[in-house]
Amino acid sequence: MSTAKQIYYFATCLVDLLYPKAGLAGMQLLRREGVEVIFPHDQTCCGQPAFNSGYRDEALAVARAQLACFKREIPVVVPSGSCGGMIRQHWAELFAGQPDEAQALAVAGRTYELTEFLVDVLHIRLTDLGEPLKVAIHTSCSARREMGVADRIEALVGQLDKVEVLTQERKAECCGFGGTFAIKQADVSGAMVKDKTDALRATGAQRVISQDCGCLMNIGGAFEKQHARQGDGPTAQHVAEFLWERTA
Amino acid sequence: MNQARAFHHRIDKALHDDQLRRNFRSALSGIQAKREIQFPDDTQLQALREQARAVRASALIHQPELLERLEANLTANGIQVHWAEDPEQANAIIYGILEAAKARSVVKGKSMVSEETGLNQYLEERDIEVIESDLGEFIIQLAHEPPSHIVAPAIHKNRREVAELFHRFYPDIPYTEDIDQLTQSARLILREKFAGADAGISGVNFAVAETGTLCLVENEGNGRLSTTAPRLHIAITGVEKVVEKLSDVPPLLEILTKSATGQPITTYFNMISKPRQPGELDGPEAVHLVLLDNGRSRIRIDAELLDTLRCIRCGTCINYCPVYVQLGGHAYGTVYPGPIGIALEPQRLGLDQVGTLTSACTMCGACAEVCPVKIPLPTLINRLRAEAVNLQRTSTPLAGRGSLRKPGEASIWKIWQRLYSSPGLYRLFSFAATRMRWLTPVSLGGWTRYRSAPRPAARTLHELARQEGFRHE
Repeated sequence: MSTAKQIYYFATCLVDLLYPKAGLAGMQLLRREGVEVIFPHDQTCCGQPAFNSGYRDEALAVARAQLACFKREIPVVVPSGSCGGMIRQHWAELFAGQPDEAQALAVAGRTYELTEFLVDVLHIRLTDLGEPLKVAIHTSCSARREMGVADRIEALVGQLDKVEVLTQERKAECCGFGGTFAIKQADVSGAMVKDKTDALRATGAQRVISQDCGCLMNIGGAFEKQHARQGDGPTAQHVAEFLWERTA
Repeated sequence: MNQARAFHHRIDKALHDDQLRRNFRSALSGIQAKREIQFPDDTQLQALREQARAVRASALIHQPELLERLEANLTANGIQVHWAEDPEQANAIIYGILEAAKARSVVKGKSMVSEETGLNQYLEERDIEVIESDLGEFIIQLAHEPPSHIVAPAIHKNRREVAELFHRFYPDIPYTEDIDQLTQSARLILREKFAGADAGISGVNFAVAETGTLCLVENEGNGRLSTTAPRLHIAITGVEKVVEKLSDVPPLLEILTKSATGQPITTYFNMISKPRQPGELDGPEAVHLVLLDNGRSRIRIDAELLDTLRCIRCGTCINYCPVYVQLGGHAYGTVYPGPIGIALEPQRLGLDQVGTLTSACTMCGACAEVCPVKIPLPTLINRLRAEAVNLQRTSTPLAGRGSLRKPGEASIWKIWQRLYSSPGLYRLFSFAATRMRWLTPVSLGGWTRYRSAPRPAARTLHELARQEGFRHE
């Protein structure tokens, strides 16, 4: 039984523009559990890209613009480990000493990553309607280390009885995305995503599932580029879209 | 060459050296596995980390008093204490001590602080023979290379490379790639050096204020020989290595050895508290300690950056860094590589000198997760990134603040801010981006060298959510 009747959904910038289907799937999963999902119209971005690059004033201005979207005392659910981490961990640093610090901390305090909310708050039970499939799970570093929710995605995918989960070598190692790192240190990032996709491919998984669109853009983009040269291989998909696809 | 270009040049070199990258991957995977065996119980590990953090944090808070006590107790024990502001002073002090003792040859135990000061080169230029006695240091001294790792300085070399190096310098010794035989050869070479050296120079892992004791952690016995066989011993260390009490040492030692090399304890643990006393058969006649500041006092002023100084130089952050494993230590171009190097070196040397290092981090947090004294490395690195592009004047004692701010990059972030802090403007932008997604460039510089270009969807989630009947507010 659900304890939260209403939630805010914070899609985040990457999901809004690049992965809206994943974002929508997350909302549908929540709605199916009897939750009223509110999508604040004025939401844009948590501020993470600028914060990670050292541009704190710019990050603060963007983060601040979100506060008005999440005023009521209801949970904020984010379909991304790194945006969740930004809000829950780093808004405190960003807003320190600002007039709206308390408001920002209040929002941070009721922010959940999507899989965390599905497991911990909604205690969701899933029935697998899909065909047998082999998957590998890539947990984003923020989900793992900032949010501590790496095991929630495992728990959710584990409920699907026709899905076989395969484990890649060096599972906890970063995929090399790192926001502007992938641009500023493009070749290092390229070497890292090569190692990551090699490890994922070696499992024999048909699909790679993640909680984070940054990692997906990196890993999925690398798969696409490699497929163009080497033919078929795994694809990358957001966990919300994967769960919705298999259970709806 | 400016620092960014030089850094990219070194990175390029490292990424094209497949052998080097294989060496690092294999060595670091091995160290990680060994460490993890030492910490089967996470609750115990976290308790030990917290204890170690507290010991180091307390020592830093009380550092001025502790250093006074350390000096008083060392002096009472007969160990002479010297203070050095910078590398030049430290080197001059050490040279002065060697000169006064008419010492012409030195055996050295491993010391990263002596790398900071460039001590070997300084002494060699003054006709003093310096032999590194740690096996890894001995190897890279033969190869004329700096350490590529703070604990395992020759980690970048595999056994074949070491064998070839030995064969080149010691052609009389039969060629072998057998690690035990190579080690035996080095041992024979070094034994003679220990017997003949006028002085030994070592680092210090912990300097205990309460008792005036210098603790030295090592595995090869070379530390013990360097500090006992020659008639003169000079230790050099950073001022932050002081701890208050003898009872502070066990938790630090335990987490240091388990983290660094996956050993429950190292083969040797030396506690040096006096020169040779009348009637004793061995030990140096004189012991000196050189305490180097080299920017540490400046770092200590800032309540956040202070955490950098908790470091006990175990190298665990380096062992777990997914960027370091791709590049190795030399690519960083600084004495300390990896996460701790990225956090420490720009503070020590200035953001204008090595601030670009901060770009070599994905903020994955693997380093902070394993750091035995819980240094929040990504937070520190993020802070340095902010300082590097910040033009505002603050009391932060960081050299080169704002020096990496580029007008083009700064204006991109300003545009980004404008777009993402004005909902109306953002909706207009995202509408245009989805409707004109066919205009998305297929080539995006470094990104598309390794991946396809991301492409906006046909409709934003803002639009899809409304279509699907979700409540907008």
